[in-house]
Amino acid sequence: MSQDPPDRAVPLLEMRKVNAHYGAVHALRDVNLSIYAGELVCLLGGNASGKSTTLKTLLGMLTPTSGEVVLDGEVVNGRPTSYLVARGVTMVPENRRLFKRLTVRENLQLGAYLRKDSDAVASDLERVFELFPRVKERLGQKAGTLSGGEQQMVAIGRALMSQPRVLLMDEPSMGLAPTLVQQNFELISQIHEAGMTVFMVEQNANMALGIADRGWVLQTGRVVLDDTAEALLANPALRTSYLGGGKDDSDSS
Amino acid sequence: MNLTVPSETGPQPPPGPAASTASNDSPPRPPFAQDWGRIARMGAVGAVGQIFISLSNMPVKLDGRAIIEGILSLGYLSLVVLPFAVGSRVGYQVRREGVPFHRPGTYEVVGGAACGAVVGGGLSLLAILIANFDLREPLVNWSPILADLLAFNRGTAFAVVIWLAVGAVIGALGGLLRVVPPLAKRILWTVVLTLFGAAVLESLTTDLAEGMGLEGPVEWFYAPRGGLTVTGAIALAIGSAVLAVVGRGRVKGAKAHIDSLEGPARTRAHLGLILATGAVLVILPMFAGKLTNELLANVGLFVLLALGLNVVVGLAGILDLGYVAFFAVGSYSAAVLTAAASPRINPELPWFVALIGVVILTGLVGLFIGAPVIRMRGDYLAIVTLGFGEIIRLLFLSDWLSGWFGGSQGITNIPGAEIFGLAEVSGTDPRSVFYLVLAFCAIAIYVSWRLERSRIGRAWMAVREDETVAEAMGINTVNVKLLAFVVGAVLGSFSGAIFSAKVGSVFPASFLILVSIVILVVVIFGGMGSIVGVIAGSAVLIGVLGGPKQPGLLAEFSEFKLLIYGALLVWMMLARPEGLIPSVRRTRELHQEEMAQDAWLRGQTDEDETADDNNGAAAGRTAVGES
Ligand SMILES: Nc1ncnc2c1ncn2[C@@H]1O[C@H](COP(=O)(O)OP(=O)(O)OP(=O)(O)O)[C@@H](O)[C@H]1O
Ligand SMILES: [Mg+2]
Repeated sequence: MSQDPPDRAVPLLEMRKVNAHYGAVHALRDVNLSIYAGELVCLLGGNASGKSTTLKTLLGMLTPTSGEVVLDGEVVNGRPTSYLVARGVTMVPENRRLFKRLTVRENLQLGAYLRKDSDAVASDLERVFELFPRVKERLGQKAGTLSGGEQQMVAIGRALMSQPRVLLMDEPSMGLAPTLVQQNFELISQIHEAGMTVFMVEQNANMALGIADRGWVLQTGRVVLDDTAEALLANPALRTSYLGGGKDDSDSS
Repeated sequence: MNLTVPSETGPQPPPGPAASTASNDSPPRPPFAQDWGRIARMGAVGAVGQIFISLSNMPVKLDGRAIIEGILSLGYLSLVVLPFAVGSRVGYQVRREGVPFHRPGTYEVVGGAACGAVVGGGLSLLAILIANFDLREPLVNWSPILADLLAFNRGTAFAVVIWLAVGAVIGALGGLLRVVPPLAKRILWTVVLTLFGAAVLESLTTDLAEGMGLEGPVEWFYAPRGGLTVTGAIALAIGSAVLAVVGRGRVKGAKAHIDSLEGPARTRAHLGLILATGAVLVILPMFAGKLTNELLANVGLFVLLALGLNVVVGLAGILDLGYVAFFAVGSYSAAVLTAAASPRINPELPWFVALIGVVILTGLVGLFIGAPVIRMRGDYLAIVTLGFGEIIRLLFLSDWLSGWFGGSQGITNIPGAEIFGLAEVSGTDPRSVFYLVLAFCAIAIYVSWRLERSRIGRAWMAVREDETVAEAMGINTVNVKLLAFVVGAVLGSFSGAIFSAKVGSVFPASFLILVSIVILVVVIFGGMGSIVGVIAGSAVLIGVLGGPKQPGLLAEFSEFKLLIYGALLVWMMLARPEGLIPSVRRTRELHQEEMAQDAWLRGQTDEDETADDNNGAAAGRTAVGES
């Protein structure tokens, strides 16, 4: 994982005035985001505000209709997902989405699908085991039979196996029991402290902002707030923007 | 249907918790306190089945095929399978924790007899109906001989009584199966399967024995007009019973031993097995006559097709219902490239040179069909492939392309395949066809085996499981699926190219949808994703029952082939969804799912837990139970 100090000059991953559509549905409207190496940042927003769509667009699974997605200074609009994964962008999907009928080992191997350096893959596997000793005990088990917490570990492990430079996480705390949610956020900041750049999508604003450096709030496809974590937590507009009633405010702002 | 082994005596492992329930065994149930409702229900279902079987004319048609000379024919066998199965099933108890399990005894025998009598009563009823009403009008399939067959030529009254009695006796035997100790059951099944197997394989064994100059013993075992002789049957029964006792646990032990080997020793054991099988397959045909070799060649052609479809369906999870298209393209392109008589172009290439063209053409057709198709998912994909399969056949049939492919006349006078000037492989010499097929099967097996274990194989698995996530892992799902389609197409085209050289002519009528369906049934029946399973599936379905147009060992079945395919498939999905010889993976998938369900039923879902010890233990149990 990258040891470089955060480089404030060039963002690692950036969205510049990105618009995205599903057919006629306008899902992202002029979204600007920038993620710098070494940061832990989060994207907040209510249901259907376009959070998952943002991640899909960053990973090349959805091509923007206008604007630019920039990775390390290179415009990557329209590049296939494999191109982005090979260059260090990885996603932990919503609800973890493990390959349920494959073993834990196979799930982890698939995370490293694009890598050809088998020695380094083996040592990364060891690193995942260090991080999650429980995963090592479950290698031969079918992923769908793991407990929710274990599945989360495998999902993160699978993402780490691709040797990412930036980890995109879609609602990592969704569907976890309350006690696990706390544990989960601790885990994310632990991974971040080890040097990983993390871009996390969450509905759980308090918890997410508790560990994040900066954040954005998305509302019906538009970024309505963009600030440091402390400022966002203190901002009363954060509450209103979640209640949907703030739609008109945002349109006028 | 004659393969029907009541499922609970079948080879599937007993459910996990059974072991611990020996303690709640309770005394046998009193013999006449039967659950009459259950007997009536199951008996009625069986009776309807009997009537259906009879009216399909199976008993009459199959009566020509003797199992044991003068004692049992395949026709009568088809009438005693149901009473036996139902009579055995009716006394079945599920072992459940906390529910008493009654030791089997007279209760099971009496219940079996009663239920069997109801099933047999179906035939009695049928005999009465036939005698008193004109059933020929709506039901045209059965022949009048049925009445004589049911009555053993002694009149309706006799038929009524005899079938009630036979049903009761056979049903009682079925019930008895629950009572006898496992060893007796084992002996019984071994004897029954040996006798049935010997009768089914009659033409094969006779043929081989003649090739080896062993006519004497064969004449002793088999009657001149077919079927085992009585003395032969008795000898076989005694021999197999002895083997069943002596061999008890040996086979399983040997298998467990091989499975327990690790690393190079295991590879060596497997290699040894493969070489031994290969040697048998190379040596056997030398002693076999034309018919046997023809049969083997047909089975081989379907193995090749099934291996190809297995890559598409079993590995990549693309349900292709139009696979026959590639068989057709392979056959036609080989025909056009080699035959002098092909209408428009006739380069008259040697077969092996033409094969290069065949592979390229079929690969291109695979790409062409695959490109639009694989963008769809699930049911849409299946329907569209079905359509493409038909479109290809209709193109070959069309007037528009008849200048190229001869329309409904097809292409005839296709020369045999010349193998580097060494041999000419054509339909007149089925042995050489078989060797050619065998060589290509070996290639196909090797290719499937390597692919399954490669990075591509893993990508196919991922795509099969969850396409969106596979894409997020960086897998180019479109390319990977297209590759599966093309590999499948090319393997199928080998079969086509050999087929056209073997038959010497190709017609659109050889490539009906039915062929796609049969290949798919072979793959599902054998075990999706399992190479050995697919081969076994072809051997059983194509070899014994016969292919869409090819006769099998039980040539009498030809009319009922599809009926039996369907029945087998339904039974398979209920009793053994992973297939005849499943891949390790499929077994694990299906069985772990069951255990996951058990865990859920016990109230241990994987959603609501807090990763505490309790759940860790539950997950651990699942993992242990699986191995
Ligand atoms: N594949 C799709 N086709 C059409 N519309 C889509 C598709 N995926 C998402 N949408 C629409 O785009 C909008 C944004 O969806 P998105 O999944 O990004 O929301 P989200 O913020 O992730 O919501 P949630 O918190 O519920 O996951 C929604 O209105 C949704 O209906
Ligand atoms: Mg979402």
